[in-house]
Amino acid sequence: MTNRPLSPHLLDGARLHWKWGPHMLVSILHRATGDGLALVGLAVLLWWLGALASGPEAYAQFAELAVTIPGRVVLIGLSWALFTHLMSGLRHFVLDIGAGYELATNRFWSIAAPLIAILLTAGFWALILNK
Amino acid sequence: MSKGTSIGRVRGLGPAHDGAHHWLVQRFTAVGNLVLMIWLGASLVALPDLGFETVSKWLAAPIPATAMILLVVSTFWHARLGLQVLVEDYVHEAGSKFGALVLLNLAAIGGAAFGIFAVARLALSGAA
Repeated sequence: MTNRPLSPHLLDGARLHWKWGPHMLVSILHRATGDGLALVGLAVLLWWLGALASGPEAYAQFAELAVTIPGRVVLIGLSWALFTHLMSGLRHFVLDIGAGYELATNRFWSIAAPLIAILLTAGFWALILNK
Repeated sequence: MSKGTSIGRVRGLGPAHDGAHHWLVQRFTAVGNLVLMIWLGASLVALPDLGFETVSKWLAAPIPATAMILLVVSTFWHARLGLQVLVEDYVHEAGSKFGALVLLNLAAIGGAAFGIFAVARLALSGAA
C-alpha cells in the first residue's frame, strides 16, 4: 500500500481520525446501516419467507420469537436501519445530481435525514402495533 | 511524471480498479429497493393481521409474489454491491480480498435463490 488516503476508519488506534460532525455521522450511519441490513436484515427476510413457505408451524415459531423483547429489538432496529439508510440514500441521490453542497443546506440535511428516519420508524411501528 | 493527462495517470488506481458501472447499478437497484420496500411496508401495514393465514394467502397471489421476488433480487443485488465496497475498502491483501468476494457472491446468489424459491413455492403450491 502506498501513502494514498485510506477509506474512513472509525477508529485509528484509540483515537478518532475524523472529527465528529453531522456530515461524517450521516456518512458512517449510511455504511453501518447498509451493511447491517445486508448481513442481518436479509437473513431475517429469508427466515420470514422460508417460514411462510414451510407452513403454519414454522411461521408460528418465527412469530413467537418476533414478539419477544430481543425479537422486537432486532426488528425495530432493522426497520430503523432501513429508514435511516433510505433517508441518507435519498440524500445521496440529491448530492449525485450535484445539488445540496451549500454548507448550510448540506449540514441541514445531514441532521434532518437521520431524524426523519427515527420519526418514520416510530410511525411505522405505531401502525403495526395498533392493528 | 511524464506522459498522459492527469486523469490518465490516476485512472484504475482505486481499490476496485474500475467503478462507474458498479456505481450506476448501485443506484439502479437503490431505486428498485425504494419502490419495493415502500410496497412491502405499506402492505404489512394494510394487512388486517400478520398471522400465517393472512400473510401466506396475500403473498401467494400473483402481484405480491412477483413484487416479493423482485424485492429479493433488488435487495440482494444492492447488498452484494455494498458489501463489495466494504471488502474493497477494508481487506487490502489481494488473496483475502479475492476470497472474500468469492464468499460474498456465493452468499448473495445463494440467499436470493432461496428467497425466490420460498416465494415460488408459496405461490405455486395452491395455498391461496
